[in-house]
Amino acid sequence: MPSSLSVQMTTQISYVKSPRQSSSFLFTSTMDVCASSSPTLREFGCEQNLLSRPDGSSSFVQGDTSVLAGVYGPAEVKVSKEIYDRATLEVVMQPKVGLPGVRERAREQCVRETCEASLLSTLHPRSSLTLVLQVVHDDGSLLSCFLNSACMALMDAGLPMSCLFAGVTCAIDTDGQVITDPNAAQEKESRALMTFAIDSTERRVMMSSTRGSFTVHELQQCIAVSQKASDKIFQFYRDSVRRRYSKTL
Amino acid sequence: MWEPKLKYCTRLDGRQTYDYRSIKISFGTDYGCCFVDLGKTRIMAQVSCELITPKENRPNEGLIFFNIELSPMASPAFEMGRQSELLVKLNRQLERCLRNSKCIDTESLCVVSGEKVWQIRVDVHLLNHDGNLMDAASIAAIAALCHFRRPDVGIQGEEVTVYSTEERDPIPLSIYHMPICVSFSFFQQGTYLLVDPCEREERVMDGLLMIAMNKHREICSIQSSGGIMLLKDQVLRCSKIASVKVSEITELINKALENDKKARKTGGKFGFAESLPQERITALKTDVSHVEMSDVKEKANEIVQRAEVPPQTVPSPVLTAPGTGQVGEGLENSWGLKEEEEEEEEDETVELKMELEEGHEEKGRGNYLPKFCFPWVSETDSPGPRSVCAVFYGHSLQDSTE
Repeated sequence: MPSSLSVQMTTQISYVKSPRQSSSFLFTSTMDVCASSSPTLREFGCEQNLLSRPDGSSSFVQGDTSVLAGVYGPAEVKVSKEIYDRATLEVVMQPKVGLPGVRERAREQCVRETCEASLLSTLHPRSSLTLVLQVVHDDGSLLSCFLNSACMALMDAGLPMSCLFAGVTCAIDTDGQVITDPNAAQEKESRALMTFAIDSTERRVMMSSTRGSFTVHELQQCIAVSQKASDKIFQFYRDSVRRRYSKTL
Repeated sequence: MWEPKLKYCTRLDGRQTYDYRSIKISFGTDYGCCFVDLGKTRIMAQVSCELITPKENRPNEGLIFFNIELSPMASPAFEMGRQSELLVKLNRQLERCLRNSKCIDTESLCVVSGEKVWQIRVDVHLLNHDGNLMDAASIAAIAALCHFRRPDVGIQGEEVTVYSTEERDPIPLSIYHMPICVSFSFFQQGTYLLVDPCEREERVMDGLLMIAMNKHREICSIQSSGGIMLLKDQVLRCSKIASVKVSEITELINKALENDKKARKTGGKFGFAESLPQERITALKTDVSHVEMSDVKEKANEIVQRAEVPPQTVPSPVLTAPGTGQVGEGLENSWGLKEEEEEEEEDETVELKMELEEGHEEKGRGNYLPKFCFPWVSETDSPGPRSVCAVFYGHSLQDSTE
């Protein structure tokens, strides 16, 4: 019977249309992960509708990490890219310095698959939805910041979605402690870094992207912690929207 | 005396002829990051530096590189990866305005003459296009350059040490003057003139006159486009207006830099996160919050217990034919190897293809023997074995068994 087997890989698993609990990692582990101090989420803030040209825009700030997102759609699509029964979603990610490279393309794919799983794209066939993400400052947890700002921008644009999603990043440091929403220094020293996209209806994992080595037990713990943390983020979405429409409704 | 006749003409947003929209300048958390809001036009500039070898004909001078990006966020007309005319025009104008005017001392960027100099890179991102991109871009670029601090360098004989921000305070760039562009749009063959056109005004204008000036009333660059004919006194009048505007804008930039310096010195919070407006209904902020972790361990344990037993470990590779190896068993080998192997003996590449769960494929290319290391063994949904085939081309059986 294999005892503490660690899993070494860089994975990007996207569960499109069938989100399920990731219980497919099967090695039993006798390693214990201590969780004495409770993890925290940095202070976060959001502003919607801050750009006049895009149909929906949002700026999401987590601690010092901030991201700007803009959405155009549903709009006309090029014939080469059109899909007959659904909308074509395109995600463009802009780094601050230099041209976009492979890392941006990989992250674009993560965000795109999450968005496609939650958007009701069959309501707008042969249309295009463009989501543009711009890095304003990177101080850790960048992918989860992208996901959160994307969700708020899609909400601001009024695109129909079956569920909202929230991004949470967990890091496992060298002592085995789980840290949520790590900053850049914590990310650098961590043994493993995981980002999960959690949906709002049943708190299931929609997308996961990991780096580093960790055991199955640690993975399940991080997923559980992320689900708890996503409660805060969804409450924040609710509060923002309530505040925004407080004068009209 | 030529005077713009605008008695019956009012602008869409209620401005007068010579009025600028409200300019807001703020800085980000790291040095060299600047945001400029010119009305609704929004631009972000980021300055960064790196050490490179200098040009051969100028071994003592550092380099400055400008890059304007038209983000698809700024306008639905902007597409990724398309070198539009507007982009080329903006890049060229910014270069002429800032590089040719020699506002930055490039000789101070030299570290070791002929070997290592600093290259300053200015990336300007357009976030929202509501007209007058050139003015906003020039303000953002020069403000970011003034805000930027480069790492300190120590030279001891032959050794050059670059100190990080923690070790030694970074040094600002030496900037002689601040050139700022002012744009004038002309309508009806020069009869009407408007300063700082917004996007709708830009679409219907006949021509554009752009004057880049600094606060010492020195003209750094003039560009007239659109094919309008301008009289001498029209141009002189515009330059007078420009000098007034430039001094106002320069004062604004200096004030913003001062405020930022003060905030950093007193340890107050600074950066984009802090400039999030609180009094707006569309903005919300929360404090640091704790995440409950009380029953997380039990939940994780439960899930792991309920999971299935992993399949057996994978058997070692089996050699079915000369030059082939196979891992896993059951499926019939449909590669038709006997014929292929004779044909491709010249080929020297080796491919290892592994099929994983849900058709998630991974290809590794190695030189001789690929290592059979499995990142993870997955649960198989469908009954039926998974087999992996490795085909070696152009190697004898002797090599491949090792």
